[in-house]
Amino acid sequence: MGPSNRQGWLYYLLFLMVFVLFPFSLFQYTKYILFLVNMTAIGVIGAQGLNILTGYTGLISLGQAGFMGVGAYTVAILGTKAGFPMWINLPAAGIITTLVGIIVGTPSLRLKGFYLAMSTLAAELLLEYVFKNWETMTHGVQGLFITPPHIFGVLINNDRVFYFLSVGLAALATIATRNLFRTRVGRAFIAIRDRDIAAELIGINVFKYKLVSFAISSFYAGVAGGLWCYYMTIINPEAFQLSISIDYVAMIIVGGMGTLFGSVYGAIFVVLLPEAIQRLMEILQPLLHMEYTFAAFKQIVFGIMIVIFLIFEPKGLSEIFSRLRNRISNRNRKEVNQNGSLSGSAKTNG
Amino acid sequence: MELLIQVLIAGITIGSIYSLIALGVVLIFKSSGVINFAQGSMVMVGAFITYALVVQFRLPILLSLPLTFVISGMMGMIVERFVLRYLSGASLISVIMVTMGISYILDGGALATWGSSNFTYPKLFPSFSIHLGGVKVSSVYLWSFLASMVLLVVFLLFFKYSKMGLSMRAAADNQKVAVVLGISARRVLSLTWIITSAVATAGGILLASISALHVNLSYIGLVVFPVVILGGLDSIAGAVVGGLIVGALEAIAGVYIAPYLGGAFQQVASFAFLLIILLIKPYGLLGTKEIERL
Repeated sequence: MGPSNRQGWLYYLLFLMVFVLFPFSLFQYTKYILFLVNMTAIGVIGAQGLNILTGYTGLISLGQAGFMGVGAYTVAILGTKAGFPMWINLPAAGIITTLVGIIVGTPSLRLKGFYLAMSTLAAELLLEYVFKNWETMTHGVQGLFITPPHIFGVLINNDRVFYFLSVGLAALATIATRNLFRTRVGRAFIAIRDRDIAAELIGINVFKYKLVSFAISSFYAGVAGGLWCYYMTIINPEAFQLSISIDYVAMIIVGGMGTLFGSVYGAIFVVLLPEAIQRLMEILQPLLHMEYTFAAFKQIVFGIMIVIFLIFEPKGLSEIFSRLRNRISNRNRKEVNQNGSLSGSAKTNG
Repeated sequence: MELLIQVLIAGITIGSIYSLIALGVVLIFKSSGVINFAQGSMVMVGAFITYALVVQFRLPILLSLPLTFVISGMMGMIVERFVLRYLSGASLISVIMVTMGISYILDGGALATWGSSNFTYPKLFPSFSIHLGGVKVSSVYLWSFLASMVLLVVFLLFFKYSKMGLSMRAAADNQKVAVVLGISARRVLSLTWIITSAVATAGGILLASISALHVNLSYIGLVVFPVVILGGLDSIAGAVVGGLIVGALEAIAGVYIAPYLGGAFQQVASFAFLLIILLIKPYGLLGTKEIERL
């Protein structure tokens, strides 16, 4: 699958060119589009993390937003109270969130399925409570302000500079995830997902690898949370509540669980859907005249999308895309075959 | 001491309503293995339907209560017929997310219809107050406790003696055998969702009578999970015990622990307790251990 031939390098080069030129090629609404891209990139990192845990290892987590919150508050507290630079804070966010993730993952020794999902739900709600009430560190509901970071002497204070950081890290997270599933560890995850008892029988230490999965997943979440903190420059507990966790689960379901690009498609979908709804509402506003319509309409459409995906396409967008790709390549092959047979018959005639 | 008794009475009353709502979750899990994350929204919507009928349409209470149950029963039936039926045998995460999606739709619908303000709930029960061991107990608590206990007993009897209840238990126990015995699995599922929705509505009416009515009432759908896990997901008696324990625990945490920890600790107390229980007894207090074979 991996691009190892010359064509593959061509794709990489093309991607790199688009990546570098994109922020300078926008004529209008540059700030808005780059904002959406940055939010999507942060979403991709978080979704890749959740996909490793839920999609590849089969452990349902409703605590992804809580983990992101741990990362974000780590960055904010280290940045404001200790005055550490970004290149320390962001890895520190990942590492501290990893520790929290291992603690939250420990019940997976004995719990499975719904019961494990419930323990992650409890962790999410307890983390939310800590963010709100540990006033001395988190400043409660008022939140914390942080100053934009420097990296290699460049002040990261606008959307365009942040774009290179966030999209770069999102690409790195995606490549790291791809490589993870070529290793022994990644394959152990998949074996546990498919049948944990069988995995244990062939000599996989199930508990150890479940914890490793929790650790890797929360590392991603911590980095995503830290990035979010640097991007927003203000954080409060509201950004890490349960509904955000649900958003992340929706991302991997809509995108495709246990697929590399599923997390990317899902993040794009879940970030852009509310924006699309908002634009639509702005157009419809003169007709509707309702106060709460945007929040309500957003919820309804989001709910309907999830239900529709689960009923009609439980494997998500990546399945739809791969089916489309197959159909196109089949058609091409058929045309090639027809052309080939035509030229062949022409030859025999000649 | 008086404070403790007052706290316990309030807690156990709320707890009895939790039991009622949890009963719906247990029923659905028993008969189809589905975990219903939309229960809280069904509670909230049910309470709002009664409010709309009594206050907005000015119907008499004796007419609007049965009407509410008919409407909410239909809501449950629609959810089963048009969503859950297509997901039989789906993975746990799909089921969780699809009920979450339904919950989003119901919440959004309620928000669009009624907005996000507090409504004072109409007085559905005649009010009086009694003295219990030197503590004054207001009638709302008594009525709620009585109503939920009566409903719980009715359901226990329904499952023990009525033909429909027995066939529902049979289908829950072993769907294939039940179908062979001539029980329609679809009808049982449909009925389960109708009952669940009606039970949620009853819980919503009682809860809204005690406090106020707000779209955030759907938060109760989360509180129900510590209840069902405490009692064991597949035990009706467990739901009753779990509800009372969680109700009392929340009340005690709110008065005695929250002042030291700050914030609304009572809201997360049951989840902290849940984590401890899960570590000690992974299948709850009264639940059956799942035995897996390869």
